[in-house]
Amino acid sequence: MHELSIAVSMVEQIIDESESRGGLQVEVVHLKLGVLSGVDKDALAFSYEIACEGTFLVGSRLQIESIPLLVYCETCKAERSPGSIHQIDCPQCHTPCQQILRGRELEVAALEVAA
Amino acid sequence: MNTGPRLIEVRAKVLKQNDLLARELRDRFRRSGVYVVSLVSSPGSGKTAFLEQLLSRLSATRRVAALVGDLATENDAARLKRAASQVRQITTGTICHLDAQMVDKALDDWQLEELDFLFIENVGNLVCPSSYDLGEELRMVLLSTTEGEDKPLKYPTIFNGADIAVITKMDLAAATEFDRAGARQNIQTVRPGMQILEVSSKTGQGMSECLAVLEACRDASRVLS
Repeated sequence: MHELSIAVSMVEQIIDESESRGGLQVEVVHLKLGVLSGVDKDALAFSYEIACEGTFLVGSRLQIESIPLLVYCETCKAERSPGSIHQIDCPQCHTPCQQILRGRELEVAALEVAA
Repeated sequence: MNTGPRLIEVRAKVLKQNDLLARELRDRFRRSGVYVVSLVSSPGSGKTAFLEQLLSRLSATRRVAALVGDLATENDAARLKRAASQVRQITTGTICHLDAQMVDKALDDWQLEELDFLFIENVGNLVCPSSYDLGEELRMVLLSTTEGEDKPLKYPTIFNGADIAVITKMDLAAATEFDRAGARQNIQTVRPGMQILEVSSKTGQGMSECLAVLEACRDASRVLS
């Protein structure tokens, strides 16, 4: 399980971000998590709480938005959404797709702060 | 006056620090002219035996070195030192993967200019290493014939993030009734177009081809850079 390492990196990053903006009172952290990021949503949510302990982020909430897979189909010349990460091909023409456009995200999208 | 919560856009990659360091490492590797290959697989799929073969064969004509990651023990490094002089163990303690910082630290006093190939053997794990860029040029994912041929379907992220798949322990394929076609199909399903090599570190099967592929990849990267 590497979600704890990731949660610790994330908390450090949010603290830096907050300090660079003059100290934010972060209430909610919005995270984009791709289905192909290699990170488990529940394990990350669990780890986040632990990583927040002893920091001003204690009590903040992690809101995870799961980002589905989006690929480019060379045959259809179009963006397609495969049904699963276990079958990375075009759902229409079944061409295997090498180009992954979305689904690897692991990023803090936004912070919700007290006004 | 607005008293509700404010939303501040950040859009920052969580592993930005690792990605930045990995990029620095990649630049450094390119400037030094060393081609860096990482190996990932589950524990026991034969990474060290495969690497031992690669190092001893390549060292006839190339200057080679290896970093090897494990949670504990220096056993793998000791084993690999039989095949290459420059080998360093990274013991991660409880950490289940290598990251760019560990690689950077381990290379601290190495003269990269004096190397042609550097191999990085990751901790045996098919989950966690997938999130960490180590600055390598090529990532090989290993699958042994003693594992199920559906491993790629169970761990699509690591297979998708790799460049070449290597099926190891081919000498045991018959004994384990390894479904070769099925395994190849499963790899292609999660990582369309991936090159697949088949080797046996014990008999040497497929090792020459593997070396040729590595040399070709290295040549291609030198043309690009």
